Amino acid sequence: MAEKGVKVFGMWASPMVVRVEWALRLKGVEYEYVDEDLANKSADLLRYNPVTKKVPVLVHDGKPIAESTIIVEYIDEAWKGEYPIMPADPYDRAQARFWARYADEKCNPALFPIFTATGEAQRKVVHEAQQCLKTLETALEGKKFFGGDDVGYLDIVLGWYAHWLPVIEEVTGASVVTDEALPLMKAWFDRFLAVDVVKAALPDKDKLLAANKARREQLLSA
Amino acid sequence: MAAEKKGLQLLDFWVSPFGQRCRIALDEKGLPYEYLEQDLDNKSELLLRSNPVHKKIPVLLHDGRPVCESLIIVQYIDEAFAGKSPALLPADPYARAQARFWADYVDKKVYDCGTRLWKLKGDAQQQACKEMLEILKTLDSALGDGKFFGGEQFGFVDVAFVPFTAWFLSYERYGKFSVEKECPRLAAWAKRCGERDSVAKNLYPPEKVYEFIGVLKKKFGIE
Repeated sequence: MAEKGVKVFGMWASPMVVRVEWALRLKGVEYEYVDEDLANKSADLLRYNPVTKKVPVLVHDGKPIAESTIIVEYIDEAWKGEYPIMPADPYDRAQARFWARYADEKCNPALFPIFTATGEAQRKVVHEAQQCLKTLETALEGKKFFGGDDVGYLDIVLGWYAHWLPVIEEVTGASVVTDEALPLMKAWFDRFLAVDVVKAALPDKDKLLAANKARREQLLSA
Repeated sequence: MAAEKKGLQLLDFWVSPFGQRCRIALDEKGLPYEYLEQDLDNKSELLLRSNPVHKKIPVLLHDGRPVCESLIIVQYIDEAFAGKSPALLPADPYARAQARFWADYVDKKVYDCGTRLWKLKGDAQQQACKEMLEILKTLDSALGDGKFFGGEQFGFVDVAFVPFTAWFLSYERYGKFSVEKECPRLAAWAKRCGERDSVAKNLYPPEKVYEFIGVLKKKFGIE
């Protein structure tokens, strides 16, 4: 029996999952969203992604794809005639992939420690994270979006910062993306969050705040 | 101001499996390039200027413009020279996604685990050995009974993983296992790849890699 259609296996608070939803929405692709309890993963998820067992997983006509950035490139290629996500020029594509990798491999691990750091330690990790984001910001210079005039691959990959970092800042009391430290990034946050398809896939901010507050308390008391 | 150098240049380090990916891709496509060996203890102005973010090799310069990160370089070579066969990535989007997934898996797992295998001792080394076997078995399974990871054609995942076959001997010695015994399909694949000109020309003998690790250990003061 052939399975038809598009399914996204995700978790409501996962920024990596939102990347996939943004890409699908930009392409105008209808999809079924399956929310996972990561402490109790479904048989389907384990069957579709036996290697890493993580979300997001995209299932297209029964065929699974894992890893958010790989899924986004797949979406761009599978629905080629629709909204272009990747830049057209090979050199620009290489640059976009470079910065996506830099963000995931360097900036994310730099942001992580902010969540549980306090006092002087927090100031130190915030500074290091800002240095990372400052480097990333250079890819934005002179442009409205990382993709140019319109949202593109790199905006989709980095966009979670615009919604999640303010939540983390509120929960931890840290100031990371400020007008003084990261003016271009801050301005881009506002422009990105104003985009309709972006707004449509964001998890509820209050729910996210509550979940992160609880998680932080749990980690700090451990 | 000097004119940008035309053509392809590769900033690289002889034994780097990441650099070798690029050399193999360039040779597969029959693309001439200038190989520029880098001194990693005394990094050149060109390297620092071309990869200011990471200061690492490999870096591909195409008409003076730098591309960094080995798998990004390989994809760039495939896309910028799309007219040159063979295509390293398949045409079908799903097959491309699978290829990217496995190349990414190799990238995330093999080198780091391998490094822990030769750097660490005791329980930590045992753990690294266990992980390496798991990684190799997963890759063996992904290869299945195919000729190459992409099927009939040598492609992106093969390019991504084949340089590490020169490290198998070292993993075997430090981990006290046999790739042939644990993952016979992978061992056969390694041999098959080794028969290709692009691979034979660009990989160093496993004994040389083992020797290099010995030098590194001395340098880091590891017994």
